[in-house]
Amino acid sequence: MSTQSTRSAGRLMVAPSVLLLFVWMIVPLAMTIYFSFRFYRLVSPDRTGWVGVTNYKWFLNSPDFWLAISNTLLLVLGVLVITVVLGVLIALLLDQPVKGQGPLRILVIAPFFVMPPVAASIWENLFMHPQNGLFAALSRGLGQDPILFLEHYPMASVIGIVSWEWLPFATLILLTAMQSLSSEQLEAAEMDGAPALARFRYIILPHLTRAITVVILIETIFLLGIFGEIFTTTQGGPGSASTTLPYMIYKQALVAKDIGRAAAGGIIAVILANIVAVFLMRGIGKNLDA
Amino acid sequence: MARAVSPRRKALTTAAAWFVALLIFFPVLWMILTSFKTEASAVASPPQLFTADWTTANYAEVWARSDYPRFFWNSVVISVGSTLLGLAIAIPAAWAMAFVPGKRTRDLLMWMLSTKMMPAVGVLIPMYLIFQWIGLYDTRIGLILALMLMNLPIIVWMLYTYFKEIPGEILEAARMDGASLLNEVIHVLTPMAVPGIASTMLLNIILAWNEAFWTITLTTTRAAPLSAFIASFSAPQGLFYAKLSAASTMAILPILILGWFSQKQLVRGLTFGAVK
Repeated sequence: MSTQSTRSAGRLMVAPSVLLLFVWMIVPLAMTIYFSFRFYRLVSPDRTGWVGVTNYKWFLNSPDFWLAISNTLLLVLGVLVITVVLGVLIALLLDQPVKGQGPLRILVIAPFFVMPPVAASIWENLFMHPQNGLFAALSRGLGQDPILFLEHYPMASVIGIVSWEWLPFATLILLTAMQSLSSEQLEAAEMDGAPALARFRYIILPHLTRAITVVILIETIFLLGIFGEIFTTTQGGPGSASTTLPYMIYKQALVAKDIGRAAAGGIIAVILANIVAVFLMRGIGKNLDA
Repeated sequence: MARAVSPRRKALTTAAAWFVALLIFFPVLWMILTSFKTEASAVASPPQLFTADWTTANYAEVWARSDYPRFFWNSVVISVGSTLLGLAIAIPAAWAMAFVPGKRTRDLLMWMLSTKMMPAVGVLIPMYLIFQWIGLYDTRIGLILALMLMNLPIIVWMLYTYFKEIPGEILEAARMDGASLLNEVIHVLTPMAVPGIASTMLLNIILAWNEAFWTITLTTTRAAPLSAFIASFSAPQGLFYAKLSAASTMAILPILILGWFSQKQLVRGLTFGAVK
């Protein structure tokens, strides 16, 4: 349908987006690679020079690095499992004939619109605070000592907060997918005497596969970069107990002001993210109709 | 056709659904309730769900702090600005991809999406330094640019899925009538695409408003939006629960309302059209 002139016009229209994204990716990346091989500390600007792979060595040998990797994985996997499992259950519940579908959806989706620093600070102060938090009051009411969430269970607390933020997303998408399932099929199975569990296992779950894949893919993109929640609550602590890879790099760059080391960490993060991305893009490619 | 359900079962599932929904919503509700308490009753032990001494003083006080309105205004300018700029760049691209797809369109779309997977920390240092060098650090223009680039792949994708549903024959017809490419876009495509563009806009304002990486790392005070303000609230302010709650409520309320309007588009937009 397209003539030569519309084709070239088309290219012209795509060009700004592609060019901008390309520059946005390649320029900082090239600079990060350059810095990662150099001695570069903002506090001693006079000392500069090539240092080979020293920065990488420091990063890979830092005990915090492996902790940060495992914390990052823990965060992503933990939130994925919690949001998908609870999301399926809640979507099943909301898909039943219940009164007030509209208001219910509004209540359930709300946490998704709460910005990460607000979500984190509500949980940190109003709920998890050891003196004034609601959980502490609950513990006291039960005659127990308050749990020191952020001190003793920093990662679990962060995972809890992030799961609360992303549960609505998973629920809404799974509910939307469920509602596109024809009720005739379910009714037929019900009349044939298939028990509820079998109906879920053999009809609903297969229908949800695509939606679940999509939830996992999209959430992973956002979860790998989680920053605001940790910045607001634990600042990566106590010690480095809740430091993730993004947070560790942030600390090196803007707190320790060691650009060289932070850049090395950035490159390591990019490489790891690319490994994840290869798998993700394969999955996404199958599920998106471009 | 709805299945016949016994009233008893309907009552039970309704009760269960409302219980779960309220549980999920409770932190937001608790924050809103706390924002209307005095500081003393906000930390009262045992906690009070309702208190006798309701007050709106917290809102007045937070708003009167000379800098709160500025944070709020920064959020508005940055989220709306980055979205409009993103739309201006993405609309032609999405239009071309939807109506004049080439051999590489699909690869291009996938590549754009893959840039979203690049961890922001990987480019944090250069962004920080470049922004310092060219004077964009802690400016609203700088943040508008950064957030626009961050969300550009999502904007292109969303628009693309909407544009693809517009029948191409209409454009053919317009072309037969001798409309130029520009005319085609302005008079034929735009009116049909407005709903899609509007939902793209809404969703991206939400994403930009809630962004909490670049807004924290690329600002100090002048251009800092609400996300950066709240993130640093508890540290220097001490723990003022009622005021913190009032500030937080004001920070999320506009987006909560926008978000409730755009629920349907949210699913489709954030899944890049895979779930509708």
